[in-house]
Amino acid sequence: MTMTPRPLRTPLTDEDVANVRAGDMVLISGTLYTARDAAHQRLVAALAEGHPPPIPLAGQVIYYVGPAPAPPGRPIGPAGPTTSGRMDPYTIPLLERGVKGFIGKGHRSPPIKAAFVRYRAVYFATVGGAALLLADHIVEARVVAYEDLGPEAIHELVVRDFPAIVVNDIYGGDAYESPFTTP
Amino acid sequence: MAETSGHVERTISVDFVRRKLTALLSQAAWQLPEDYLAALRQAHEQEIAPLGQEIIRLLLVNADRAQAERLPSCQDTGMAILFIEVGQEVRFVGGDVNTAIEEAVRQAYRPLRKSVVADPLLRQNTGDNTPPIVHYAIVPGHHVRLRVMLKGFGAELMSRLAMFPPSVGVEGVKRFVVETVKEAGPNACPPVIVGVGLGGSFDTVALLAKRALMRPLGTSNPTPHLAALEQELLEDINALGIGPQGFGGTVTALGVHVVAAPTHIAALPVAVNLNCSAPRRAEVLL
Repeated sequence: MTMTPRPLRTPLTDEDVANVRAGDMVLISGTLYTARDAAHQRLVAALAEGHPPPIPLAGQVIYYVGPAPAPPGRPIGPAGPTTSGRMDPYTIPLLERGVKGFIGKGHRSPPIKAAFVRYRAVYFATVGGAALLLADHIVEARVVAYEDLGPEAIHELVVRDFPAIVVNDIYGGDAYESPFTTP
Repeated sequence: MAETSGHVERTISVDFVRRKLTALLSQAAWQLPEDYLAALRQAHEQEIAPLGQEIIRLLLVNADRAQAERLPSCQDTGMAILFIEVGQEVRFVGGDVNTAIEEAVRQAYRPLRKSVVADPLLRQNTGDNTPPIVHYAIVPGHHVRLRVMLKGFGAELMSRLAMFPPSVGVEGVKRFVVETVKEAGPNACPPVIVGVGLGGSFDTVALLAKRALMRPLGTSNPTPHLAALEQELLEDINALGIGPQGFGGTVTALGVHVVAAPTHIAALPVAVNLNCSAPRRAEVLL
């Protein structure tokens, strides 16, 4: 576990994901795509029907968030993570198309953790409830797909030093499983 | 106030209710309650895991920022849950009070996220965060008390209800509450606040649990054996080691609040309503 945050730049490479371990702190810069329940449902249905995805997927990182509206003069409103486990039913089709990272909060199911190993992808958590502080790291935001879904539309975010913790790595590690013991 | 058949009646315009409620909901989005901030500061002192302590520090800074900038502390400003006490001497005038309440929610949520879908299966966003969830109570007096909670659903989704037989006893109740928090783990954004409803019927036990979440932190149930149960549950939950955001630690819950009500001889209903690490609640007396 590295306590000094490791910088990561999206899109992620196989080497990037091989270099991080459960419990590592990272600072992510580059582009993220937002998607939560409704966008996942629509995106995965489109892929199943053979339609091209509305966003690039290979090497990309998806952030599970439905941001609040942008206040005047800011690119985005408060934007903290939503619970990731709800996206488990939609995760494997995205891994098959090369998505390399997901940011959210909370547990993933055992089959999804195994899929992160198989497809060499990483699951990060960030701090739920620290939505205003996280929005500071989002420098640009625009809706790129499914605008009719409102807060659930897919946004393209440009982030700078977005803080996260590696929960599930490509080696089967799980930061939530490391037991807490009083020193 | 006007005398009518021996009673002193007070008229309140529904537009006044609308304005007060709009302001209250807006404020609840950015101003976290002082009792909660005090509990979080205390948790920061108590937490011994370095990462857990750092997470609590971030939540405190985030709360300060929300208040200073009058922006929501969390993107999930939830569904608006309203507890409205109406004194029986009050008469609403100038329109339909329910329409006024819905309008207040619509206005307050204009700068907030719209998180409500009209139909649970068709899932079309209502676009204005209406309708709210409203619980009315008629009480003696001339006042109207508005109490609001902007309830995020990360923790709501991890809440549970059980219709136990009486034989499970207090030990069965404790097991169910602790297991609910354990299963929720990092999903409910710990450190959580645990609302426990005991008794009543299937429909009311959940409401008891939600009412428990409206109580300020740092207070106990006035009934001694229920206050003791709250303390025991808090200790058992914090012994789980889940910690802030589930990364391990000694502070998994900021408080456990129990509300009990009479129930049937056949049953021991239990509901556990979880609140994330940021309760958005506020109240005003009209």
